[in-house]
Amino acid sequence: MIRRVGARLGILAASLLAASVLIFVVCSALPGDVASVILGEGATPDQLATLRHQLGTDRPLPVQYLSWASGMLQGDFGRSYLSGDSVASLLGPRLAVTFWLVTFSLILALLVALPTGMYAALRRRHWDGFIATALAQIGMAIPAFWAGLLLVAVFAVGLHWLPANGYVPFAEDPGSWAAHLVLPVLALGLIQGAMLTRYVRSAFIDVLNEDYFRTARAVGWTQGRAMVRHGLRNASLSLVTVLGLQLSSVLVGAIVIESVFALPGLGTMLLQVVTQHDLQVVQGTVMFLVAVVLVVNALVDVSYLIIDPRLRGERE
Amino acid sequence: MTHTTKVEGRSRWQRLLLAGLVAMGLLTAAACTQQPTVTVKKFVIGASAEPASMDVTTSPSAAGPQVMLYNVYETLVRIDGDGKMRPMLAQSWDISADGRVYTFHINPAATFASGTKVTGSAVVKSQDKLRSDAATTTVLRTQLADVATVTAPDDATVVFTLKNPSQNWLYYMTSTAGIVFDPTLIGEAATKSAGSGPYAWTAWNKGSSVVLTKNAKYWGTAPRFDEVTFRYFTDANALNAAMLAGDLDVISNVQAPEALSQFSDTSKYTVLDGATNGEVTMGFNHQSPALQNQNVRKAITMAIDRAALIKTVWAGKGQLIGSMAVPTDPYYVDLANAVPFNVAEAKALLASSGVAMPTLRIRVPALAYATKSAQFVASALNEIGIKTTVDELPFPATWLDQVYKNGDYDITIVAHVEPRDINKFADPTYYWHYNNPAFQALIAKADTEPTEAAWLADMADAQKVLTDDAAAVWLFMLPNLVVTKNTVTGLSPNAVTLSFDLTGVARR
Repeated sequence: MIRRVGARLGILAASLLAASVLIFVVCSALPGDVASVILGEGATPDQLATLRHQLGTDRPLPVQYLSWASGMLQGDFGRSYLSGDSVASLLGPRLAVTFWLVTFSLILALLVALPTGMYAALRRRHWDGFIATALAQIGMAIPAFWAGLLLVAVFAVGLHWLPANGYVPFAEDPGSWAAHLVLPVLALGLIQGAMLTRYVRSAFIDVLNEDYFRTARAVGWTQGRAMVRHGLRNASLSLVTVLGLQLSSVLVGAIVIESVFALPGLGTMLLQVVTQHDLQVVQGTVMFLVAVVLVVNALVDVSYLIIDPRLRGERE
Repeated sequence: MTHTTKVEGRSRWQRLLLAGLVAMGLLTAAACTQQPTVTVKKFVIGASAEPASMDVTTSPSAAGPQVMLYNVYETLVRIDGDGKMRPMLAQSWDISADGRVYTFHINPAATFASGTKVTGSAVVKSQDKLRSDAATTTVLRTQLADVATVTAPDDATVVFTLKNPSQNWLYYMTSTAGIVFDPTLIGEAATKSAGSGPYAWTAWNKGSSVVLTKNAKYWGTAPRFDEVTFRYFTDANALNAAMLAGDLDVISNVQAPEALSQFSDTSKYTVLDGATNGEVTMGFNHQSPALQNQNVRKAITMAIDRAALIKTVWAGKGQLIGSMAVPTDPYYVDLANAVPFNVAEAKALLASSGVAMPTLRIRVPALAYATKSAQFVASALNEIGIKTTVDELPFPATWLDQVYKNGDYDITIVAHVEPRDINKFADPTYYWHYNNPAFQALIAKADTEPTEAAWLADMADAQKVLTDDAAAVWLFMLPNLVVTKNTVTGLSPNAVTLSFDLTGVARR
């Protein structure tokens, strides 16, 4: 077991290294010069050259990569070219916004997907089960930003129940904080829930065909009870995998949703710094997001070993 | 046994459900109780570009002065909504006969938000900051280059001596270059509010908003709101939705005029359509061989039906202009129809030029007015037999690098929003590479004219020179489209300064 975990951590380290090289190469290939953005109109070639030297953007690319990568190993994600703030200090307040959005959306997605998926699996040969599946299909086909616009049109513009967009920190006004998060979480969570519903349904259909499930029914358990007590545990293996994979799609969705709802999260910051060509912040943010996804997926793989004794290896 | 488990199982689910309901109830209750007990008069403005720094003298972005100028920071003199010069911290000023010495008499009532008096020495210290701070923008340095000395003979007087007479200098002093900082806070202008205006800035939520709070000790007419928030939106739909939902009092500038139809209900909204300093300029690269020919440039100008372009591109909002000036400029001359739309004549002129036209590369920033205009221009040029390609470049980084810096283009389209920016055509190193010694001499002469009348005459000539030479095509003046709740009054329809001036704004 320890060897397997060790091997998985080795793969994680290699993926992080590969990702950092890829991110650096892509960012360096973007056309544009941050020095001319900073100095604005009227900058002389001399001023530009001096600033490039101060920022270190005139160094050879491998040197720039090494200084960036070694900085990250020491917990230093670099500094913004434009404001001089450290990337970590810029990420901090933005991270909270994205964290709440992603966490609540995943929770909502699970709350929607588990009952709907289980119901659709149980009633898969009936009209109501079919409708549940069809609804999930429709949900999957709706882009999250469109769902967001629709929710704004109905609940903010039409009914004036909730603010259309924006963000208030929890510490400032908890009520307003919650009110501002309701629509974005609904938009992201419902769409993700629809996707997840399909996985839940197929995972539970597999369970329904298992011998232990038939046995449970044979000793008199109701279908629902057998489902919750036996099905959930057995289906969880494939669900944990899907949830890990879905994290990246939720993060991508969050970038879009943040921009639709003017939330000051990582996504809106990323869009802003890309147009300003503040590459240190772009690199640092993308690397951070990629690292989160890779680490979570590594944890998912390790969690299999805990959930499923069969995977713990023949030798031990 | 089975029976007990069943009961336990069910009650566990029930408990979970109950907990969920209670949590939801709490959230709803919290959301409903957000009304504060004391009525705070709040005013919320939706804007599109966020400041890069709270010290507006260190960033070339116009987003900083939009919030700060005249609201948080005051200047000796100001420009009002009609483009006229007015007193502000200085109640009057004298100009010496040779046009080089300006004596300002400071209003004795003026104080900073901290309570400190505004004095001549505060003005001297502010000017020193601009000149000595390494972070001061290049634009401000250029604007202040003519100043020889600044002295304060007493608390109520400050004297500026210029190296040579300058008609532009006093105008620059109405904007960022003339800001008077509180001398006790001058070193901390990036992190603390250090002004004398009706509001002080109290919070900057990066990526989201800047909050101004009433300066209770304001020396002039008391501010009408307790709190003013500038909220920033990168997405125009989100900005419009916030207005429709009633979250905003004003949209400071509508980025897409087709969105105005959403605000056509006059019982709820007022739409202001005013002037800006923005000339949407279709610039030629004067280093491209084909475009060095004046007849080719004239032919291109004649080929474009600019009235139709405004309808197609900007929903018919905006005004025709014919040179690098807008109607609120004091020296404006109406040249809008100096070179009228005429396809036949354009074709004839192009043929007579004898230039074999290559395919022209129209490379524009990926901004709505520019990309839409580029499509219109491309089809208009096709009509007179000029082939074009259109590239949309991410703005600002890519456009600045490829077009502005490297000059890798034939035609580009940019709204030049800086006030009184006709002198840009006098700089042959600027990205158009327009090199007309006669024009350069005229602009230099104008600025050093001892009288305003002589300056106005020179500036009128300068506009005509540009039009006659077809130095560029001025597609239209960018309109200032502002949407307000119809209870809001006192907002100037024109955006002739960088400030979003709150001083006259009220809500019924």
